[in-house]
Formats: sequence, structure tokens, C-alpha cells
Amino acid sequence: MSAPEHSHFSSRNFPEAAKELLADSQLRKNVRHATDVIQAKRNRVVAELPDWEALRDAGSGIRAHALAHLDHYLAEFEQNCTRAGGQVHWARDAAEANRIILGLIQRHEAKEVIKIKTMTSEEIGLNGNLEAHGIRAHETDLAELIVQLGHDKPSHFVVPALHKNRQQVRAIFQREMHLPELGDKPEDLCAAARTYLREKYLRIKVAVSGANFLVAENGAVCIVESEGNGRMCLTLPDVLISLVGIEKVIPRFRDLEVLLQTLPRSATGERMNPYNSIWTGVHAGDGPKEFHVVLLDNGRSPILAEAEARQTLKCIRCAACLNVCPVYHQTGGHAYESVYAGPIGAILTPQLHSMEEGRSLPYASSLCGACYEVCPVKINIPEVLIHLRGKVVEQDQKTLGGKLGFWNIGMQAAAFVFESANRLSMAQHLGQMGQKVVVSKNGFIERLPLMLSGWTQTRDLKALPAQSFRDWWAQRESSGSRPTNTAKEGRRGE
Amino acid sequence: MASESEARGAILSSIRSALRAPAEHDDGARQAEYEGLPRGYKRAATLQGEALLALFTHRLIEYDAGVARVPRAQIADAVARLLGKRGLKRIAIADDLPAEWLPCGFQFEKASAFGAQQLDELEGALTGCAVAIAETGTIVLQNAAAQGPRSLSLVPDYHLCVVFAAQVVETVPECFARLDATAALPTTFISGPSATADIEMTRIKGVHGPRFLDVLMVE
Repeated sequence: MSAPEHSHFSSRNFPEAAKELLADSQLRKNVRHATDVIQAKRNRVVAELPDWEALRDAGSGIRAHALAHLDHYLAEFEQNCTRAGGQVHWARDAAEANRIILGLIQRHEAKEVIKIKTMTSEEIGLNGNLEAHGIRAHETDLAELIVQLGHDKPSHFVVPALHKNRQQVRAIFQREMHLPELGDKPEDLCAAARTYLREKYLRIKVAVSGANFLVAENGAVCIVESEGNGRMCLTLPDVLISLVGIEKVIPRFRDLEVLLQTLPRSATGERMNPYNSIWTGVHAGDGPKEFHVVLLDNGRSPILAEAEARQTLKCIRCAACLNVCPVYHQTGGHAYESVYAGPIGAILTPQLHSMEEGRSLPYASSLCGACYEVCPVKINIPEVLIHLRGKVVEQDQKTLGGKLGFWNIGMQAAAFVFESANRLSMAQHLGQMGQKVVVSKNGFIERLPLMLSGWTQTRDLKALPAQSFRDWWAQRESSGSRPTNTAKEGRRGE
Repeated sequence: MASESEARGAILSSIRSALRAPAEHDDGARQAEYEGLPRGYKRAATLQGEALLALFTHRLIEYDAGVARVPRAQIADAVARLLGKRGLKRIAIADDLPAEWLPCGFQFEKASAFGAQQLDELEGALTGCAVAIAETGTIVLQNAAAQGPRSLSLVPDYHLCVVFAAQVVETVPECFARLDATAALPTTFISGPSATADIEMTRIKGVHGPRFLDVLMVE
């Protein structure tokens, strides 16, 4: 299988990108406001359900089962979708998916398409590719429209423009829709988007979407949305093309009874989002005459191999982990420099790239575990983060630079010392003598030298005590008595 | 396309090798594993009658939908009152909408065959529903009796939906149990008017779908 390709990925690592974004106080204010509001709403509607934990267990079970039999359920979906009049395509990577979609659009001689917000199309860089072939893709989700007209990038996968406030949105719409008189009330901005897009819904004949779920049992596709732009795109045009990750399949129609409870409550803090659409293939006299599903692998299938990593693919893209993450809260989504931001992005992105890109992302977390607690399908994100950190280290150890790097040598040295009681004791004695040059009068080390300086940048380190516990214990054993004054004195230094 | 069938084979074999799946599927084992999945969540109703309808009404109002309750014999009168209040005249309906729901003095268009452009010129839509969920304030429409194609309840700016008390269930799982037999039909779950919170997380009614939703609950 060829290497997966992904769009707009930069070579900067997370700390570099985050540092720059942390300086943007308007952005931080907007992100903080949005995530606070969603979290409060989410907590309220989750608390309403006494069976929430049982729903999480069920959702986790359904998704894990689907992944464990993914080949079977994909084939079953394909068969049933085809039987219902849909056409199923398979794309190993972004290039194949782009080629298939472009071919379908060109076959209908369309110069414009309307789009429902879809992460997979971001992932394969669809809009840019279509543009290069003279096809204009119009985003129809309000936030995606803001992002597209603002020549910006999405920063959250449920509310992609949460980093923009109303004045910023107004400025974009005034410029791009030629509406100099436009007000900045959210109602005015919505009305402008409604008028701008309605003409397109009624005119454009090809639509592109993603999907939230594929149902193996009957070939159904489910899309969850709020504004009605999704319904417009998937019922009014003649041709609908849905680009969907292979992991999105679930076994049965009735499994939606779980996921359609947990997804809206987790994603937008609503009991149910305004619109869910579920359909199978094509239906005479209702909706598109031609329906295509493009199943996208693009680095997903290898993730199934390891149990710790596989759970990543259970994700139903609710973004609750972003909203609750103390790191995301500070940096917003752009610092992750990938289509998928936040804790789930930190584990998904590097894996989709076979651990060749986004290698700093598994470290973009304090491992506090809040993401796991809110996850509606119980992805143990901290466990995956640690697993992936291990992989990064293993990879580094395979290169000469990595082998001779400070961290590897330091860790190897630490392992060597901790392996033996004598070596540890010797190291402690050396430390007690050596630390004299760095310990301040207050008994703390306020600044470590060279490579170790990072540790003391934001905290003080306690000096080693005059007598270690191990020395005290040895002394106590050899004197054959209960703790003595000297021992107490030794301990006082700790 | 040759490369596509090649892609299909490559993806499925990559999945199988990652899963270390045996060449032959064991359907029985998979079935048993599926049946054994945890299902400890609430699947049956705890509310009935008036309490159930009260919850449904409360949830609809929270979404800014309008709610009116009438006995079966007064559907047409209530439709006339609700449309009249908003000054709406030209209303889209499904071809098989019961004639006794329709009051005089309005222009009801059997719009199933209408294109989007024609629908856009109408002022509202009147439909029935397949089932309604009290807990989430949701009405579910399918392309079936009195409901018509999906565009009907989408393009016009106003949607009036007739819901019979017997169609209201309490929970989402009960709804799916009722839909199971007709799962292949185009299905839309509607919870309140079209809305967005994309700008500063402020909920705004009516972006692209109908800005106004009324539910006529019939006992």
C-alpha cells in the first residue's frame, strides 16, 4: 500500500506552533469562550441521562466490535448499498480518492459543487485539488463558509470557526459577499449566509459530503447536522458523492439508537441536533438520482494492528475531548497543524501518517485523562498517547542521531543507574556532592544547567537531602535499634 | 475501473492482515459476539399518557418550536388557525395527505413532483410524521404516508407537522424499534427549527432549513 498523503501539513512541531498562537490573545479568548459554553451545555444534558455510562459502554462495544470485523462489515455495507442503488468506490489514499471524485464530477460536466462539512475532504485536500481542475467547491456549513471565505483553516471539527468572533466574521462576509452594510449580530450574519447559499442549493447539481455512520445491515448512510445545509446538499442535487473513512461502519440500523444519543449530547450539548438524515442508496422521486460512496483508507487499516492503537478508530468525531482538554483550551486547534486537532488529533494524526508526521503531537498533553472521561465511546486517549510516545522513542533509537541524542543517552544512563542498588547509591552520593553549586540558600534548586534547564524554567526542584532514605535505613539496621536522633536529623533535611 | 477493484482488494487484505483475521469468516462467532455486546441502557418507556405528552411538549418548546393540542376532529380548524396567524397561504403537502386535515381558504399544493425552485416559491409545508421522541423533542419523517419527499419539509420557510399521540414514544431506542421495518426509506429526524451556534456559540434559529416549526399534537 502506498504511503498516505495528507493536505496542509507543515513541518513545524507542536511546541513551536503553540508558542506563536499563545501570543494571540483574541484567539485564546474566542477559543476559551466557545469551549466553556459547549462544555457547560454538554455537562447539563449528559447529567440528565441516568444511563449515560451504560450508553458509553454500549457505544464503545459497538464501535470496537465493528472494527474487529471491519472487513466483513465493509463488504456487507457495500453489498447492501449497491443493492439499494448506490455505487461504492474504494480509495487506498488521498490521491485515489481525489481522482475518483474528480472523475465523477467531470463526468457530469459540473463546474461547481456544494459541500457539507467533511473532515475526510479536508484530510485529502479535496477543495484545492478540485480548484486546480477548474471546479469551485462551495462550503455550506456556516462555520466552514466563514473559514473558506476567510482563506483560513478549521480549528475544531464541530465548530470549525470558533476562533473567530462576530466582528471578524462580519469583516469576512462584508468583503467576500460584497455587503458593506452588513451588521454584526449573529442573526444578520446567518441571514447573509442563507441568502448567499440558497441560490447555490437551487442551482448546483453535484454535492460532496462525508458521513457520520454507515450501516452494514442495510447499506444506510447517516449524517448528523444542525443548519439544514446538509439536508439541502443531500436531497436537492442530482448527484451526491459521500467520502467516508472505512472505520465509520456500524453493524446494524438499531445501533444508531446508542450513537445518536451520545453523539449530539457530546458534540453540541443538545439532546438531539436539529437534523439527522438517514437514507439508503437512491429513492425514486426523493433526493439524488445518483449516489456514490467513496470508502477511504488513507492510513487507517494499519492502525487496526495493535490493540492500544486500534481504539483510536472508534472515534465518532464529537470533539468533546477538544472542549475539555486543558492544552486545547490554551492553544486552540491550529497549533496541532493537522486536520484533526485536540487529544484525538494528537493520537490520530501521527498514526494516519505511519508515525512519520505529527510526532510531537503525542506529547501535546498533560495526560490528565479528562478526554477519556468525556469520550462517548470510551477511547482511552492517555493510554494511546503513552503507547505512541513509546513508538516515537523506539523510532528515534533506530537513528544514529537519536541514539547519540541527549535524551536517549540520558535515559539509557538512568536505566543503567536504576538497575542496580549500588549504582543508585553511588549516584545519590555523587549528586549530594555535585548539587552544592546549584542549590540556593532556601534549599531549592532554582536553575539547572544546560539540557536540564527546561525542568526548572517553571518550577523549583528540591535539593537532595543530606542523608538518603536508603542510607538511613542501612544505618538503622546496623545499629540494631529504633530510629535515632541522627536519623531524625537526616530526615528533617528532606 | 481496474484500479478501483484493485484498491478494494488491497484495502480489505490490509485490514485482514492488521486484524490477523482468518481466511474464513466465522459468522456464528461474530453473531454471538454482537449479541453479547453490553446493552444496559434504557430501552423501554417509563412514562405514559399525559406525562409523556407533557415531556414532548416541554422539549419542543425548549427548541423554540410552537405546540398546539387538538382533538382529531379539529385538525383542519387548527391548521387554519396556525397558518392564518402567520399569514401563510401557499402550502406544500404530500400527495396522500388526508383531505380532512385541509381547511378551506388556503392554496395547498401537492408538491411531491415539484422541483426545488418551485418549492422555494411556497410559503410553508404541512406534513404528518412517522414517529416522535418525547425525551429529545424530535419528530421523525419518512418518505411514507402524509410525509412526502424530504425536500418538502426543508425548502419552504415554515413547517407544520401533525403528530398523533399514539406516534409519540419516550426514548430513542423505542423510536428505532418502530422504524426498523421501514429503515430503508429516506428518514429525517427533526429537532426544532434549523439552527446554528457557529458564531460565538449563540443559538440562531433558521439557517437553511425552515426557520419556523409548529407541531400540532392530536389526541
